[in-house]
Amino acid sequence: MRLFALLLACASFFVSPGALAQQMAPDALVKSVTDEVLDIIRKDKDIKAGSTKRAIELVEQKVLPHFNFTRMTALAVGKDWRQATPEQQKVLTDEFRDLLVRTYSNALIAYKNETVDYRPFKMQAGETDVTVRTQIHQAGARQPIALDYSLEKNGNAWKVYDVVVAGVSLVTNYRSSFANEIRNGGIDGLIKTLKAKNSSLEAAAKK
Amino acid sequence: MKTTIKRQAGKLTVLVAVAALLGGCATSGNPKDPVEGFNRAMYGFNEGLDKVLIKPVATGYETVLPSPLQTGVANFFSNIADLMIGVNNLLQGKPAQAASDAGRVLVNTTVGFLGILDVASTMGMEKHEEDFGQTFGRWGMDDGAYVVWPFFGPRTVRDTIGLAFDVATDPLSYVDHVPTRNTLWAVRIVSDRAELLKADKVIEEAALDKYSYVRDAYLQRRRSLIHDGNPPKFDPYSGSGEGKSAEARDGTAASSQVAARN
Repeated sequence: MRLFALLLACASFFVSPGALAQQMAPDALVKSVTDEVLDIIRKDKDIKAGSTKRAIELVEQKVLPHFNFTRMTALAVGKDWRQATPEQQKVLTDEFRDLLVRTYSNALIAYKNETVDYRPFKMQAGETDVTVRTQIHQAGARQPIALDYSLEKNGNAWKVYDVVVAGVSLVTNYRSSFANEIRNGGIDGLIKTLKAKNSSLEAAAKK
Repeated sequence: MKTTIKRQAGKLTVLVAVAALLGGCATSGNPKDPVEGFNRAMYGFNEGLDKVLIKPVATGYETVLPSPLQTGVANFFSNIADLMIGVNNLLQGKPAQAASDAGRVLVNTTVGFLGILDVASTMGMEKHEEDFGQTFGRWGMDDGAYVVWPFFGPRTVRDTIGLAFDVATDPLSYVDHVPTRNTLWAVRIVSDRAELLKADKVIEEAALDKYSYVRDAYLQRRRSLIHDGNPPKFDPYSGSGEGKSAEARDGTAASSQVAARN
């Protein structure tokens, strides 16, 4: 009995709240993160006033931990990913993440008066790659916008590796422009372009 | 009226021929975009037209008109469009959706004051998005090359043929009083554009190269629409299509496509 209590104590020590969240089913995970973020957006004064900085903070804090950006960047880069050195892969991932976070944060600010519907979700036992479908309803709009998340299970955690808006993958939509950059200037050329894009966005946000 | 349609169809045929002649010039090698030089020029023309005329008018419209009225205008045109959306659903072998579209027109035209209120949606009759391009896709027609038309914007060859049918069957085309018809067309363009104003900034910020971003988004979007939002998962660059291969997982599927191209 004492041994059992000891085991239980150890277990509760290791199972942090974060680890619990990682064991959530993919649909429950998407729902809890979405609801939390929408709740904050509706209440936060800075975001209501259009603060990109605050929106980015929110996304970094609440949304980023559930995304697998290395996987996303590899998908966007395509076959040239293997040619990139580990350092290049890291820089590419960081820059691509910055670009997506900024774009996504601004979309959050633009579309704040929306409600989200969760489509029925079914999952076979043992599945490791699923799509969670949601619908965004905007006030006054006749048709909801489909917003689908592709998630993959790594160990115990489900991580998003693609976001599909109205049938358009935010990740693979970059593939041909990335391939073009790589063809013209190699992996470093793409890195340079992404860095330039991010700093111009940052400069525009400061205005 | 019929001559207008014929003339428009004629113009389209000429443009298709011109595009075909231009094939092979100035490409960056995307197999879906063999007339990229022509397309980029047309894209530039449309962007210019949007910048100096359509966007300013749409922005003014959005600023001046109270938002419930904007919704009313958009609903009015949406109701007219539901008629052919229903026909296309029928042509695609989806009688239940077609019946719901017919129900929408019936309810919205009467209870919804000529479509200004979308009562049907609140009654649970979902709005669909269908056109002849999708119908032909559903019937198995290949989408063909990507083409950007002046004024009409991005299409594929299949969607261009679809567009000719859409214009020919557009109820607005059958308004005989020419000034009324032109006014309705103009208001519809402005109303449609106003609804897209928010998306502008997002695309502007997201894209490294706006032209290819819009192109790839158009192609993905059309593919998704043809499958009513549930396209079979595939890597857009694997060429072979259906089924998600183990290769596609780490992004190497693109290599087979590039190899095939070289």
